Amino acid sequence: MNPLVFGAVAYDPKVVTIWSGFRSWLRARQLAFDFVLYAHYERQAEDLVGGRIDVAWHSPLAWVRTRRLARAAGVDVRPLVMRDTDQDLTSVIVVRADSSAAVVGDLKDKTVAVGAIDSPQATLIPLHHLRELGVDADAGLRVVRHDTGVGMHGDHIGGEREGARALLAGRVEATCMTDTNHLAFAQDGTFPPGSTRVLTRTAPYDHCVLAAGPTLTAGAGQQLTALLLSMSYADPELRHLLDLEGLTRWVPARETGFAQLTDAVDATGFYDPDGRVTAVGYRP
Amino acid sequence: MTARPRPAAVVRLDLSGLGFDQGAHLLLRRALEEAAPDRQVAVWGTHPALLYQLTVWCRREGHLVTPAPPDQAPLCAHVTPGAHVTTRWEGADRAGSAGPGGAVRRPPLHWGLAARGALVEEGGPEVYFAVADRDTAWTDLAPRLYRQATAAQWDPDTAVPWDAPFSLPDGIERAVVQVMTFLVENEQAALVVPGRLLAQVHPHFREVLQLLAVQAADEARHVEVFTRRALLRGGEMGTSSVGGRASLATLLREPDFSIASFLLSVLGEGSFLNLLAFLERYAPDPVTRRITHLVRQDEARHVAFGLGHLEHRSTVDPPLRGRLRAAVERRHEVLVHTAGLNTDVFDALVLLAAGSWSPTAIERGWRAVQRLRADMDEGRRHRLSRLGFTDDEAADLSQLHTRNFM
Ligand SMILES: [Fe+2]
Ligand SMILES: [Fe+2]
Repeated sequence: MNPLVFGAVAYDPKVVTIWSGFRSWLRARQLAFDFVLYAHYERQAEDLVGGRIDVAWHSPLAWVRTRRLARAAGVDVRPLVMRDTDQDLTSVIVVRADSSAAVVGDLKDKTVAVGAIDSPQATLIPLHHLRELGVDADAGLRVVRHDTGVGMHGDHIGGEREGARALLAGRVEATCMTDTNHLAFAQDGTFPPGSTRVLTRTAPYDHCVLAAGPTLTAGAGQQLTALLLSMSYADPELRHLLDLEGLTRWVPARETGFAQLTDAVDATGFYDPDGRVTAVGYRP
Repeated sequence: MTARPRPAAVVRLDLSGLGFDQGAHLLLRRALEEAAPDRQVAVWGTHPALLYQLTVWCRREGHLVTPAPPDQAPLCAHVTPGAHVTTRWEGADRAGSAGPGGAVRRPPLHWGLAARGALVEEGGPEVYFAVADRDTAWTDLAPRLYRQATAAQWDPDTAVPWDAPFSLPDGIERAVVQVMTFLVENEQAALVVPGRLLAQVHPHFREVLQLLAVQAADEARHVEVFTRRALLRGGEMGTSSVGGRASLATLLREPDFSIASFLLSVLGEGSFLNLLAFLERYAPDPVTRRITHLVRQDEARHVAFGLGHLEHRSTVDPPLRGRLRAAVERRHEVLVHTAGLNTDVFDALVLLAAGSWSPTAIERGWRAVQRLRADMDEGRRHRLSRLGFTDDEAADLSQLHTRNFM
């Protein structure tokens, strides 16, 4: 039997450790599993829909594009599982504690830092959130992008960290990041205690999904899903891999958490309805 | 009859004004461990961003948050611990126990650098140590010898009368410098070998590592004081012969822990005890007398450890004696065509015991060095018989020992 081929984006060296480890664990349980690594999500999404890989570990943005590409090609794709830690995330727009901005409207004519051009959590979703609240370029908002790891859909934390530094240095009035990174920056000392304030927070959304492409058979899909859901933190072979990947267990995927991102993609024309890349200045 | 107090249905945690950017997660983690597996933590607190921070932290760590109705403030939320709180330590085991008798026979390699007696999480990398068996590594003497060794450390600057006035005839000073040059070379071998052995021993046998580390520190001091004495009168170092270096090179090549410690400590450092006593006795100046005295005390401990270790080993593993014997024979064969002791060193020893170049003095010195060799031989035979060799075997092996002394 041909092994199923899984794709992941190599945004960090740990990706090799994680998926090599999961691969031997899955193979020991009679699932023939190979993986390939991509430099960015756009090719991975195209290859999943084109049948060159069977399954992909997708960013939410790659999932939005995959849905569109599949509809245009008339093929079937489906989400299998997610990390427990990837449901109901929010992004926050943070100002310095001593900032004069008290409400979102105070950001008019001000500068806000965001992550990379293709970051759902640090650019697309928070800017869409501000736009809905009436704060955008038309209202004089200036945006400073931090394009670290373009094509990795914001997986690289560098853009958010640079935005945080710009905020502390007073170069920007506000900056955007996930709530998780906001807490992490407070805990690792990037933000001294009490130095920042959350000006506004987006509605909850979901993050990465493990997505099946048209070539994955129902049987293999069920077997892979069942094995992933059975992964236990009690298993010493898996525990450090789960820690590295940042989850405590896999949960069944759902599609209810991508509405804000879809709206943001449409509002900015990041992809067209058929999944073509239409964002200006985006070169993964 | 009174019923045992039942644990409260929830664990109450009052964070007061503390936030998650100020360490609140330490308190919550502790409360979750107490509450797991089937109770909740009720979190109280007044930090303005508490519910936000609590929700984010718990999502990242895999715990479920149920916010409390706002009218119940300062009660913030109830937290249900994720299953992993208890499962993380399910397969963990204790790495023996911490005390002196607490080493297990064969510590698993995944215990790695964990402290003896620690609760070791299951899994993790296996760290290879060649000596991972109590019978190979362990000697019951190690804790006591380690304590003695740390208590007996001396400071070369203050323990030796470097400024004591003396003056020696040129020839005698040169003889001292030649002997010091020889000693430094041997001490460097004695420094490298325990350093290498140390890295082979599973850290579970921490007393053995500690003792070897102090032994290496002793040797570092020996290198220092012998070098310092050699340079004390502004002269140059003496000679280093091929035969001497060949002999020491065979010590460095020996990979087996027990055999290396046999060749170095029991036979080599054992012979050095006699040499150092000889030098202390015939030292022509107070500095040489003092440093040979101090070094000899350290070497006595090194010999005691090597001997204790091998005594223990040869009782639990009688065939070891055959391997020790073969190692001495092998080394002899490698060295048989080398010159042995540097003749400059031999001549220097004669002159030091003679005290002058007069023929009667030289004759006296010559006899003293012959006696030194006989003493070394007797000492080696004595130590070999403690390891269970018969008198004949001990005499044979002692004869085969390197003529370089170490
Ligand atoms: Fe020494
Ligand atoms: Fe020594």
